[in-house]
Amino acid sequence: MEELSEMKTPGETLVEIKNLNKKFDDTSVLKDISLDIHQGEVVVLLGPSGCGKSTLLRCINGLEKIQGGEIILEGEKLNEQTKRMHLIRQKIGMVFQSYDLFPHMTVLENIILGPRKAEKRAKKEVVKEAEELLQRVGLLDKKNAYPRQLSGGQKQRVAIVRALCMHPKIMLFDEVTAALDPEMVREVLDVMLKLAKDGMTMVIVTHEMQFAKAVADRIIFLDNGIIVEESDPQTFFTNPSTDRAKQFLNLFEFDAI
Amino acid sequence: MQDMGIEVLFQGRNFVRLLEGLWVTVRISVFSVIVSILLGIILGMIMTMKNPLLRIITRCYLEFVRIMPQLVLLFLVYFGLTKMFRINLSGEISAIIVFVIWGTAEMGDLVRGALTSIPVHQYESGKALGLTTVQNYCYVIIPQTIRRLLPQAINLVTRMIKTTSLIVLIGVVEVVKVGQQIIEASRLTSPSAAVWVYGVIFFLYFIVCYPISILSKRLEVKWRN
Repeated sequence: MEELSEMKTPGETLVEIKNLNKKFDDTSVLKDISLDIHQGEVVVLLGPSGCGKSTLLRCINGLEKIQGGEIILEGEKLNEQTKRMHLIRQKIGMVFQSYDLFPHMTVLENIILGPRKAEKRAKKEVVKEAEELLQRVGLLDKKNAYPRQLSGGQKQRVAIVRALCMHPKIMLFDEVTAALDPEMVREVLDVMLKLAKDGMTMVIVTHEMQFAKAVADRIIFLDNGIIVEESDPQTFFTNPSTDRAKQFLNLFEFDAI
Repeated sequence: MQDMGIEVLFQGRNFVRLLEGLWVTVRISVFSVIVSILLGIILGMIMTMKNPLLRIITRCYLEFVRIMPQLVLLFLVYFGLTKMFRINLSGEISAIIVFVIWGTAEMGDLVRGALTSIPVHQYESGKALGLTTVQNYCYVIIPQTIRRLLPQAINLVTRMIKTTSLIVLIGVVEVVKVGQQIIEASRLTSPSAAVWVYGVIFFLYFIVCYPISILSKRLEVKWRN
């Protein structure tokens, strides 16, 4: 009995979002969002385009100014003004939709830049770790290649490794497979699945429904800047409780002609 | 022996004098170019800021310098300052001031263009890695900016070197002026010396500017691969 209930208890709260409001000029993009993300949890944000899911992710990394509410990471409030913002960001890894490797650096240089300069770690140790991580995603032989010599999927895997090498507490993925050719989507998603298995806390924005179902501990369905539905993937995909979510899921079904 | 004019080059210290003149040209250009590049990078960064007042000020500065012919600027600084404020600057110092003012403005605009051409994602991924703003510029943005900037910057540098020939007019004896002096001095003895002297000057400018454009080509190729 006791064991069972322990398994169900989520880990400690890592990120606390309270009454978050975000506006672009006069348009409200996020309206009063409250959300806790727990240690080791994989949260997938779903919703139609423009519903605010990417913006929410960017707010968690302090890349957007917010107009109300607060975001707290491990007890520390995120605030663009604070001198410590870059220190807080070191705990947050983010991977973007557009492959955002630095084009003037090799794969290895891309990965070690953050740990070397932001965290001031010793080069030897960082290179060793970077090589191990590259090995894990199957790209060790590309360590001296430049980003333009890689395929989209390879770039995205390197971007994941680059973020991981900072030992983040949480990883944010912003539609990382949206710009990839279909054959390359899989290799990136596999890396993310592996990470989830290893217990990494992750917030993922994606349009890959099958993947969302497989990887998520919790699905957050956003529409028009509010959380419409929040449930485990099983419930969400088989028996969504709101009409809006049903409509959304129907978009991915095709009727036979 | 028939007068070819070429022997003028080897009379007395003529050739050495031309080289000394070239040294004045090179000295002024190199100093101005280095200072302009440094200040231009800073100016370019300021120009990308969103502060409206800074924008207006930098815009005015840029337009003013661009509209004014360099010669007018030289006269303003060399004669104008003396007349108005009784500040007496040597020709060489005046020249350096003017070239720095001009070079900084042009360079600043090039830097601004290059900086704004770097995709927003590059700034953001540097930030997302936890780099400070300064680190982000030093390791991510500026190295990429320089690569984009190089062709136009080299063009500017060679333009600056060539424009130093104007400083004759504020009394600085640089390579072109030395050439004229040599031609004047030998006008009666060898009237066709002019062709040779200017030929040498052409060649001297060439050996100063050509290595710069070779270097830039090399770097472009290196950075592309």
